[in-house]
Amino acid sequence: MADPMKIRARLQGDKTQVIVSMSHEMETGQRKDAAGKTVPAWFIQNVKATHNGKVVFSAQFGPAVAKNPNIGFRVNGAKVGDKIIMNWVDNRGDNRTDEITVTPA
Amino acid sequence: MNRREALKTTGGSTVMALLVSAGLIKPTDVFAQATDWNKNAFDTKNLNDTVKALGGTTATLSKDIVFSSAPDIAENGARVPIAIVSNIPKTDSISILVEKNPNSLAATFFIPSGTEAFASTTVKMGQTSNVYAVVSADGKFYYATKEIKVTLGGCGG
Repeated sequence: MADPMKIRARLQGDKTQVIVSMSHEMETGQRKDAAGKTVPAWFIQNVKATHNGKVVFSAQFGPAVAKNPNIGFRVNGAKVGDKIIMNWVDNRGDNRTDEITVTPA
Repeated sequence: MNRREALKTTGGSTVMALLVSAGLIKPTDVFAQATDWNKNAFDTKNLNDTVKALGGTTATLSKDIVFSSAPDIAENGARVPIAIVSNIPKTDSISILVEKNPNSLAATFFIPSGTEAFASTTVKMGQTSNVYAVVSADGKFYYATKEIKVTLGGCGG
């Protein structure tokens, strides 16, 4: 399984700021390795954040998203102690799910 | 037979179910295949084609889309941080396009109602380029643009 995401979810007022660092090569499929062979495309395609069973944010990535990408978003209606679950799936079907507990800012 | 071949056969989903119950593939493999990814949108080469692939017709320039954080000059094109805020009511998606990249669309963020119309990420830019923030709201498309200069290109080519 891929390396875990590093996630921070901080409640400021009524908004929870979530910042996620994902660990992924995000190969475009255009790079050549030292031997001159094209490295195949390998990249996160779908990202999803759920809170209390509801999808609160989601994204589709292409290979132009940076290696080891960061993603940030802001949700309403979360309380300190709530869990936010992050999930990503890549073009090979590999996936990663991690959760974070909302903390005060 | 791997899962891709299984899906392509007639009655592929039945084959998938049989393979899962036979223990030959994991249920997570099935869910991974079922995720939506807008391949057409990620193959487009310019703003208008991307907007069409995202389900729109044209995009209108809007002052209510803000690059809340984006460099004027990116030292490293492999990793350009971009944050976008949309003040357009009923925003349901925000997309980042890099005009001079091999394909325009870098990412699309979906904003369910109740979530702030804000998204940030890091993108690769091959060279100095206009970057577009495209917003869909209530069936219409809008955009804002900013040039980001790149001193060291980031596509590894």
